[in-house]
Amino acid sequence: MSELLKMTMAEARDGLRAKAFSSAELTAAASSAVAEARPLNAFITETPEQAAEMAAASDAKLARGEGGALEGIPLGIKDLFCTKGVQTTAGSRILQGFKPVYESTITAKLWAAGGVMLGKLNLDEFAMGSSNETSYYGPAINPWRRGNDDTKLVPGGSSGGSSAAVAADLCFGATATDTGGSIRQPAAVTGTVGIKPTYGRCSRWGVVAFASSLDQAGPITRTVKDAAIMLREMCGYDPKDSTSVDMAVPDFEASCGGSVKGLRIGVPKEYRIEGVPEEVDHLWDQGIAWLKEAGAEIVEVSLPHTKYALPAYYIVAPAEASSNLSRYDGVKYGLRVDSDDLTTMYEQTRAAGFGREVQRRILIGTYVLSAGYYDAYYIKAQKVRTLIANDFTAAFEKCDVLLTPASPSPAFGIGEKSNDPISMYLNDVYTVTANLVGLPGIAVPAGLSKTGLPLGLQLIGRAFDEETLFRTGAVLERAANFTGKPGKWWA
Amino acid sequence: MSEAKRAKTIEGMTGPWEIVIGLEVHAQVQSEAKLFSGASTTFGAEPNANVSLVDAGMPGMLPVINDFCVEQAVRTGLGLNAQINKVSVFDRKNYFYPDLPQGYQISQFKQPIVGEGEVIVDLPGGESVTVRIERLHLEQDAGKSLHDQDPNHTYVDLNRSGVALMEIVSKPDMRSSDEAAAYLKKLRNLLRYLGTCDGNMDEGSMRADVNVSICKPGAYEKFRETGSFSHLGTRCEIKNVNSMKFVAQAIEYEARRQIDVVEGGGTVNQETRLFDNKAGVTRAMRSKEEAHDYRYFPDPDLLPLELEDDFIARIKASIPELPDAKKARFVSEYGLSVYDAGLLVAERETAAYFEEAAKGRDAKAVANWIAGDLFASLNRDNKSIDESPVSAAALGEMVGLISDNTISGRIAKDVFVIMYATGEAPAKIVEEKGLRQVTDTGAIGAAVDEVIDANPAKVAELLKKPKLLGWFVGEVMKKTQGKANPQAVNDLLRAKLGDRIGE
Repeated sequence: MSELLKMTMAEARDGLRAKAFSSAELTAAASSAVAEARPLNAFITETPEQAAEMAAASDAKLARGEGGALEGIPLGIKDLFCTKGVQTTAGSRILQGFKPVYESTITAKLWAAGGVMLGKLNLDEFAMGSSNETSYYGPAINPWRRGNDDTKLVPGGSSGGSSAAVAADLCFGATATDTGGSIRQPAAVTGTVGIKPTYGRCSRWGVVAFASSLDQAGPITRTVKDAAIMLREMCGYDPKDSTSVDMAVPDFEASCGGSVKGLRIGVPKEYRIEGVPEEVDHLWDQGIAWLKEAGAEIVEVSLPHTKYALPAYYIVAPAEASSNLSRYDGVKYGLRVDSDDLTTMYEQTRAAGFGREVQRRILIGTYVLSAGYYDAYYIKAQKVRTLIANDFTAAFEKCDVLLTPASPSPAFGIGEKSNDPISMYLNDVYTVTANLVGLPGIAVPAGLSKTGLPLGLQLIGRAFDEETLFRTGAVLERAANFTGKPGKWWA
Repeated sequence: MSEAKRAKTIEGMTGPWEIVIGLEVHAQVQSEAKLFSGASTTFGAEPNANVSLVDAGMPGMLPVINDFCVEQAVRTGLGLNAQINKVSVFDRKNYFYPDLPQGYQISQFKQPIVGEGEVIVDLPGGESVTVRIERLHLEQDAGKSLHDQDPNHTYVDLNRSGVALMEIVSKPDMRSSDEAAAYLKKLRNLLRYLGTCDGNMDEGSMRADVNVSICKPGAYEKFRETGSFSHLGTRCEIKNVNSMKFVAQAIEYEARRQIDVVEGGGTVNQETRLFDNKAGVTRAMRSKEEAHDYRYFPDPDLLPLELEDDFIARIKASIPELPDAKKARFVSEYGLSVYDAGLLVAERETAAYFEEAAKGRDAKAVANWIAGDLFASLNRDNKSIDESPVSAAALGEMVGLISDNTISGRIAKDVFVIMYATGEAPAKIVEEKGLRQVTDTGAIGAAVDEVIDANPAKVAELLKKPKLLGWFVGEVMKKTQGKANPQAVNDLLRAKLGDRIGE
């Protein structure tokens, strides 16, 4: 049965349509794989009954020759997406037991396309983290190991449950969200593909907000083509999200077979960062060589304000988060630690409900928005965003897409960085710029580290030019021929 | 009128003081739906009946601007002769309170939708002053905490949560409680004309934060010349005053309190105060030091609000004639006094009533009937003009009957009472009750002769007391049950008595 789960999403889709197997079979296999993989702690909530019902409905449709683009395909949903009647925690104690009476726009679209929900995936609390270690439900574990070393490694974050589940073949694809790299970095350290589309492509309605001007949803899958298939179903204008963009959604899958002959690949010199392991830069050079061989033109470009990106991010994101998380106050839903006194109730509830990293960011955010500090921090950070946007505009006059590393290191061990927030924050160094300016970025697995762990490369494109990312990503994927799989140590 | 003359002075122990007042009026936008959600705004619904997921601050919910509320704000801005800002920004005002489900209020801080404007305020004495408007911005209302439902718990009603408010901020241009009340009245009138706020202060649709400070004579003029607030005293803000009467009372109390503080050697603290309308006093709520740091920043869920020229032009074209213009027209077109015109335009409904009634009639007479008998009756019964049993057309018809001599003005008073009581048409009443004025000189002549013959002594007196003629007129009217045309009676008496009437 588990052989079925080794297929790509595209193969599963085609097999279902050809009636080679049923969604019920596929879903049963996935649900038992999910249960078997509990040591990975990838899921916070498993929904096998719901999955079986959805699969039966999909089979009925498939039998009639009907069904959407994802008909009968088992998917995992990051527990940041509100799902009607199914607990939605955002990885936080403060939302424990919260069952939304509504369905997020993205998940509603996935279900309309025929997707089957296996359950809700683990994540860093409120998506704040790069290792999934801040989750109230414990860390998700990377299925990859350093050879025979059984040290438990992080699956990246914040979409660590999503990356772990996809890498471990528990589902064909998973939803994820990316505020500073939370799709691309976990994909890179688990040997999976993750794309953050252009800000405004995917509706944020019903996705628990972290930093509204940066948050963007996207898929994590095993192949570039699968990411194209799944993203197409997630995108689209939503009048319920004022920042959603009313633009036609292209057939991304069609882009995956294209050539890069003549395409100008920009290599930003500022992304050669001191202290990053040699193997990361080496893989980058390898990627450049592959694209050159495929007929692309390599151009060196400059993004001079790159070094200000991470500091600006750690002002803007906490500022927005401090306000977005104010609604978790114990009054309406979720956790309440009662008291006779209102202020004490607030304090106790939020102290017990939020973990340390979330509290740290609320404090930072509150500080940078305070009277007297606002101009020096928040306004300045917004100016940095403009400068970074100008950098990209200038770079895209010389090239069509940028190639960079996706993460500064392979997966690290649980607890190795969790006491050092600054070194943890550096995990987003390659990815965070795209969030600050809303550009699309994709991480594609490209090779293994010396320790045998996956490493990824990132492509950053022009706004709303995901098609070039899929085209170039597919070329990279073919050249890298990344076939590695983690050993199934958990079962 | 000069500023110095306008200011009403208050005598303190150390000499005269003046008051300086600015108002921040919160006016609920007249709209079916809330500012950022589709929930209803109906007043008086069951608690939490009008609450959407957005209003309840559910995770992942996003605000979407209600275009109609934007239109209403622009309409109001145009009515205030104010600058319309083609780009404005919604900010988050962050604070914790159970009736604020999002943990922040969406408001406009640095870039409001409407900039500077002005309101011409009519004072009771018939004079008018200009109050400058600083800005108007859109914001969400909060919910309501219910403290009286349970001894140990507070309940929250979110029906108001997210309802659109316009905060209209005046400059410190009012110099007495009367002016502040008159400004509020005029503003309310203007909003009702525009249809942008129903002005129901009882239902909380309009409430005011009142900023009061005191200064010595001459200081205010220096402030106006230089724009520097250093010439004015420290202000206190009295929050959420919900009637014109209370606004006036709060100002009077607060000014006196500040004078007493300063004259007692103390200093006025910049603070927020509450008006206790039962005790008639203001009480400190929180000082400047305790003031919240609201951590305003642009709401990242909303794009800047950009208005097209066409949008503004379309709204401009739809604006009805406003009270000031209407008042001027009533004076020029109908020949009304400024006072009467002001009285009639104070409510849009009254002005409309007047114009309908005055169509083809003696407009001045119509105005007098409205300001006199009609207002008196409506006030007595606590009715609005929309509820008047006498329709505008009927009142016009009645004035017509006076003009064409069908009835006398005196008889008309009786006819009006019947019209008001029964809602019947005046012509019908006149016919049925036989009130038609007698203009037949033969019939009147007979009555005149009878009166003259029956009162020789009075006739003799006429030579010395010509005013006695009025008595004769009255007697003749009595004889004709008031139906004789008084002019005709007068003419006949003069003709018959001739030189027996003294000079």
